[in-house]
Amino acid sequence: MKENPIIKINKMSKGYSIAGKTFMALKNLTISIQKGEFAGIVGPSGSGKTTLLNIIGSLDKPTEGEAIVLDQNISKLTHNQAAYLRNINIGFIFQVFNLLPVYTVYENVEFALLLQKYSSQERKKAVMEALEWVGITSHANKKPDKLSGGESQRVAIARAMVKRPKILLADEPTANLDSENAHEILSTMKKLNQELKTTFLFSTHDEKVMDYLERTIHLRDGVIEKDIVKKNK
Amino acid sequence: MKLAFTLSIKNILGAGLRTFLNVFVLSFSFVVIIGLQGVMDGWDDQARRDSIDWQFGQGQLIHENFDPLDSFTILDGNGPIPKYISGLTPILVHQASIYPQGRMIGATIKGIDPLQKSTLLPTQGLIKSDVTFPVIIGKRMAEASKLSIEDEVLIRWRDKNGTYDANRITIVDIFDSNVPAIDSGQIWMSIETLWQMTGLNNHASFFVAEKSYEHNLMESWKFKSQEELLKPISDLVAQKNGSQSVIYSLLLAIALLAIFDTQVLSVFRRQSEIGTYIALGMTRQKVIGIFTFEGSLYSILALLLATIYGAPLLAWFAEIGFAVPPADQKMGIPVAETIFPIFGLKLVLETIFLVLFASTIVSFLPTRKISRLDPILALKGKKQ
Repeated sequence: MKENPIIKINKMSKGYSIAGKTFMALKNLTISIQKGEFAGIVGPSGSGKTTLLNIIGSLDKPTEGEAIVLDQNISKLTHNQAAYLRNINIGFIFQVFNLLPVYTVYENVEFALLLQKYSSQERKKAVMEALEWVGITSHANKKPDKLSGGESQRVAIARAMVKRPKILLADEPTANLDSENAHEILSTMKKLNQELKTTFLFSTHDEKVMDYLERTIHLRDGVIEKDIVKKNK
Repeated sequence: MKLAFTLSIKNILGAGLRTFLNVFVLSFSFVVIIGLQGVMDGWDDQARRDSIDWQFGQGQLIHENFDPLDSFTILDGNGPIPKYISGLTPILVHQASIYPQGRMIGATIKGIDPLQKSTLLPTQGLIKSDVTFPVIIGKRMAEASKLSIEDEVLIRWRDKNGTYDANRITIVDIFDSNVPAIDSGQIWMSIETLWQMTGLNNHASFFVAEKSYEHNLMESWKFKSQEELLKPISDLVAQKNGSQSVIYSLLLAIALLAIFDTQVLSVFRRQSEIGTYIALGMTRQKVIGIFTFEGSLYSILALLLATIYGAPLLAWFAEIGFAVPPADQKMGIPVAETIFPIFGLKLVLETIFLVLFASTIVSFLPTRKISRLDPILALKGKKQ
């Protein structure tokens, strides 16, 4: 029997009011993402992929239709319920890393756990494990301004993964990385997807990322153009 | 809490000079508020103690027609000393003129029992002397009338029948008191001498109570407790304190404005960070809490800094005291030449609470913006 999808978008639209006119960023989308998928929303700038990712991440709400994430209707969540959902179940990776500049690498990763009830021993173990996953244990005591772009993005991945979220949302994660670093980051994420069964959902227009994805949902002007599932990836 | 604390410490230490300036100005406010308030408390304490020791004793029993602040009541404001009273020193007040160096000066004669122990007035001098009409005066009166010990001066008064009489009095002692009310324009003599001069035998205008006095209702006499008598002094100190508070309110306002500005700048500049906190699952209230705590931490650091340099400074200040300019000592209120500030625990705790509370409020106000911040724009670093 097929499991319930971890993310279910049903006839969802999202509009923004700009200068008195409504601009529809997403139009009547319907998508399902299953647990453990390594999928991406791809498309050119302005196609609505980040908007879709933000709604799935409960940072935004749809104007019409439903976005059900982990059986919770995003439209009906309060600020605090949405924060709880993100805190426990959703990890974010951003294009510009968004590391906290005053914290060390270790503390940046630990930060995600400080929002939950972990003992210091548990936190230490989990942080070191996360740093090992992404191969930056030796940089644990460095501040983000001493790291390269690739290293910073690895920290961001460790921070997103340390709490073992069910869903990891990555918004253009390779946009600020060179080719070599991009491949290393993507390999790491792929490995984590396979080992931890975390659902990865990317927003990207980078060909390198697309090569790694098992499924690509192509968006253009807020509409799904095609939804391709690659076999044997 | 640990999260807020470590994040705040790292952020404000990372701000370097801006943090130092905020903390220094706020710590200066701490020290100035405690310093000025300590001087006022010291003055209040000194004024109350001096007034009790020299003027009010443990309270006063005053003739119903006598008002110490109204010279028109002096003539009729006295009555026979009630029988069976104890623990009271009778004082009879009368008006007179003295003529030092040929100039006329209005004076109030006060007759008192030379053996009294209700006040610190050195009245024993009135019986030790062998002159005919010995009197004692205070240093202010001596200065105003150009009189010294052993000087003789003509005094003129009216007896109970309104008949003028005159004699020569001799200054046998000049006392030094911080209480102008028992000094300026006053001449102290034995009450028996005054009874003889005025014919008001066994009369008194008021009594000063000793500790042993227990008040019972007496016809024609009303009792004023020590606190009632001291109230005008406390009111005056409180009024003076109010004007002083303008200074430290301004200083505190400058310090708080600096924190407010820092918070506004912090919320504006760190929107990407705020967006990240929200994306990581922090509630907006928690983010507001972190930023408010960060602002309040300035006052905690200021408190530490104030303790480092303020505590020894204020301790030294309490030791050497605050010299009151001579002009201020002539204001007509009990002011010593040197006021020793009192830095009580209550004062310190109240000041700490005031500064912490005020800085928390000004830290909180700019952070309310966080509750309206769009986390998506914030994450992108777009200023809102």
